[in-house]
Amino acid sequence: MFKKKTIVSSVVLALGLPCAAQAASDADLAQIRNEIQQMRQAYEARIAGLEARLQQAEAEVKQVGGKADTAADQAREATAAAAQAAPKGGDIRAFNPGVSLILSGIYSNLSKDPADYRITGFHLPNDVLDDIRPQRGFSLAESELGIYANIDHYFYGGLNFSIHPDDTVSAEEAFIQTTSLPQGLTLKAGRFFSGIGYLNERHAHTWDFVDAPLAYQAFLGGQVNNDGVQLRWLAPTETFVELGAELGRGANFPGTNRDKNGAGASAIFAHLGGDVGDSNSWRAGFSLLTTSPQDRQWGDVDTAGVGVTNSFSGNSKLWIADAVWKWAPNGNPYSTNFKLQGEYLRRTEDGNLVFDSTGTPAPGAYAATQSGWHLQGIYQWAPYWRAGLRTERLDAGSVDYGVNNANLARPDYAPTRNAFMVDYNPSEFSRIRLQLAQDKSRQGVTDNRIFLQYQMSLGAHGAHKF
Amino acid sequence: MNKIIRFFLAGALLLATIPAFAALNILACEPEWGALAQELGGDKVSVYNATNALQDVHHIQAKPSLLARARNADMVVCTGSQLEIGWLPILLQQAGNPKIQAGQPGNFEATRYVRMLEVPSSVDRSLGDVHPGGNPHIQTDPRNIALVADALAKRLAEVDPANSAYYQGNYKSFAGRWQAAMQKWEKEAAPLKGAAVVVHHKAFTYLENWLGLREIAALEPKPGVEPTSGHLAEVLAQLQRQPARMVIRGAYNDPRAAEWLAGRANIPVVVVPFTVGGSERAKDLFGLFDDTVQKLLAGSR
Repeated sequence: MFKKKTIVSSVVLALGLPCAAQAASDADLAQIRNEIQQMRQAYEARIAGLEARLQQAEAEVKQVGGKADTAADQAREATAAAAQAAPKGGDIRAFNPGVSLILSGIYSNLSKDPADYRITGFHLPNDVLDDIRPQRGFSLAESELGIYANIDHYFYGGLNFSIHPDDTVSAEEAFIQTTSLPQGLTLKAGRFFSGIGYLNERHAHTWDFVDAPLAYQAFLGGQVNNDGVQLRWLAPTETFVELGAELGRGANFPGTNRDKNGAGASAIFAHLGGDVGDSNSWRAGFSLLTTSPQDRQWGDVDTAGVGVTNSFSGNSKLWIADAVWKWAPNGNPYSTNFKLQGEYLRRTEDGNLVFDSTGTPAPGAYAATQSGWHLQGIYQWAPYWRAGLRTERLDAGSVDYGVNNANLARPDYAPTRNAFMVDYNPSEFSRIRLQLAQDKSRQGVTDNRIFLQYQMSLGAHGAHKF
Repeated sequence: MNKIIRFFLAGALLLATIPAFAALNILACEPEWGALAQELGGDKVSVYNATNALQDVHHIQAKPSLLARARNADMVVCTGSQLEIGWLPILLQQAGNPKIQAGQPGNFEATRYVRMLEVPSSVDRSLGDVHPGGNPHIQTDPRNIALVADALAKRLAEVDPANSAYYQGNYKSFAGRWQAAMQKWEKEAAPLKGAAVVVHHKAFTYLENWLGLREIAALEPKPGVEPTSGHLAEVLAQLQRQPARMVIRGAYNDPRAAEWLAGRANIPVVVVPFTVGGSERAKDLFGLFDDTVQKLLAGSR
C-alpha cells in the first residue's frame, strides 16, 4: 500500500511540478495544491476500490473452489510445514555424496596365446601392451569405485578408483570442476579422461564391447587420462556446439612422464550435435592430441630376428574424427533403439629414434604417419536385449626409420578385428555380455576370442551420458 | 596455441554481441511443467520441453540438444524427487550455467511443493526402481498442479522480478479456472470412486488418491521392471478372485502387457495421456484432465 501511495504521489508531483514552476501567484499555488489533493484522493479511492474488488474476487474463487480448495489449502499448509522442516529424507545420508561401485568380471577363451600379443607395425611400450593384452580364463575385469558430488555451489568433484585384474589400484579420475562459471564455461582440474574422441571420455563400463577399439589400443594405449586442466565452452546456440582445450602432464602413452615445467600434452576438441525430429540424435567431433614423448621405449625385433629395445623422442600429433547417431522411436529408447558409432584416428610422429638403445645405440631420424578406424552398431530389439557388431582396421601407413631403415622391418600389414556381442540387461544396473571376436592384430595370427562378462553397478544411480 | 587463443577470443566476442533474449528461457523436464510454465509465463517466457509424452522420463539421455538448451536456460522446471536422475545431473554439470544449479532460484522442483505419497521407509534396489523421495508422478492429481502453480508463479516472480505482477495475474486467472475445472472433473468422475483398477507402472498413485480408485495390482512385478509372463499370469489369477474394472497405462508404456491381460480378463485397457501431449485432446493441462476423466469413465462403463 505504501508503495502504491508513493508511486501515485510521485506521478502526481511529476505532473504537477512543471506547472508549479510556471505558476507565479500564491493563489495559483493554493489552487494547484488543492488539485493535487483532489487527485490524490481520487486515486486513493480508486485503489481502495480495486483492492476491495480483488479481495471479493479472491473470496469468490475460494467459494467456487469449495471443498477442493479447503483440501488444497490444507495440503499447502502441510507442504509449507514440511518444507520448513528438514529437507526431504532429512537424515545425514541425504548429504552424502553419490558413491557408486562398478563390479565386473570376465571369462575369456582365446585360441592363441596372448603372451606374445602385439599389434604388428605399431610400437607400444611394454606397460601399455600389458594393459591391453587379454587374459585367458577367469579374471576380474575393471571394477571401479567412484565418489562424486557437488562440493559447494561453485564446484563439483569426484574420484574414481579402478581395481585391475592384477590386484593393483589406480585413480582413473580425480578432478574438480566448476559449475558456477557463466556463459557456458566449465573449468576442470585434476586427473580426468581427455575429452578427445567419443569413447575416450566414457568409462570402460559404459562401452558396448568388452575391450577398447583396436585404434584406441594402438594410439592411446586403450584410453588416455591426463593430469591437468580443461576448459570447455558451450555456445549459446540451439544446436549443440562445444569447444574444449586441455593442458596436461602428458605422462601417459602416447606421451611419457617428464621432469619439466610447463605442459607435456595439449588437446583441443570441438563437438557439434543435435536432434533430427523426435527419434534421432547425433553428435560429431574433431580432436587433436599433441604430446612430446621423451625416450619412449618399446621392445622390437630387428631385421636379423634379434630382440632389441628402441626409443623415440619427438612430437606426436593424433587427430580424431568421431561421430555417433542414435535412433529410438519417438526418442523413447526403453524398448527399441539403435546406435551407430565410428571414429577415425590418424597419428603423425616425427623426431629421433634410437635403435637398440640399451645395447649399441644407433640414433637416427624417425617419421611415421599411421591411422585406424572402427565402426560399430548396437541394436536393442526388446527391453533388456541388445546385440552389436564392430569392425575395425589399422593402417601401418608410412614409417621412415632414417638411417635405421636397414635395421628395422616395415611390415606391409593391416591389423583388423571384428566382433559380435549380445548382452542381456536384467535391470538398469546389471548386464551380462557375450562377445565373439576374431583378432588379426598380429601378422599371420588369427585369434578367435570368446568373452563372457558381467557388469553391475550399485550405489548412486548412474547418469546416461549421450 | 595462438590459433586456439584467437579462436576462443573470437568466440567471446561473438558472445558479447549477442543481445540478451527478451523472454525468460525455461527448460521444462516434462511437458506438464512446460504447459504450466506457459500458462503462468504467457508471452514473457519461452518454454522448451526436454521430453515428450511418448518418452519414458526415467530413461532419457543427456542429449546434445538438451545440453544446448540447458546452457541457455534461465530456469529449469522439473519434477525432482530423482525422476530425472538419469540425465538432469549431467545437464547441470556440463551446461556451464550457474543460474540453473541446485539451490538457485532458477532450479525448480515441483515435488518440493506437494505431499509425497509412497515415501519408502527404506530403499533397496531389489525392490525395483523406487525413488527415495516418494512416488514422483505427482502430475496425475490436479490438486498437485494447483499447489505447484502457486509455487511456480512465485518462483517466476523471483527469477524475473520485473514481470512479477504479470505472473501473479496469470496465476490468479489460472487458479480460478483450475478450481472451477477441478470441481467439474470431480463431479464427472464421482462414479469412479472405489473402482478397482490394474495399472502398468505405479505411475497413477496420485490419480487414484484423487478420484478414489483402488489399485489392486500392477503389471510391472516391481517398479521399473518389465512385466514378465509369470507375473502377468499371477495378476490374471488374482483378477479371477478380485475383479477389476480396467487396466490403466500411460501413453508411453508398451501396449502388449496391458492388452494381453485385458483380453484374458475381459476388461478394457484405458490409455490415459499421463501428461500434456499424451493424447489428441490433452493439448494443455485442462485437456489433460478432461481427457483422463473421460477415458476413465468410458473404460468403467
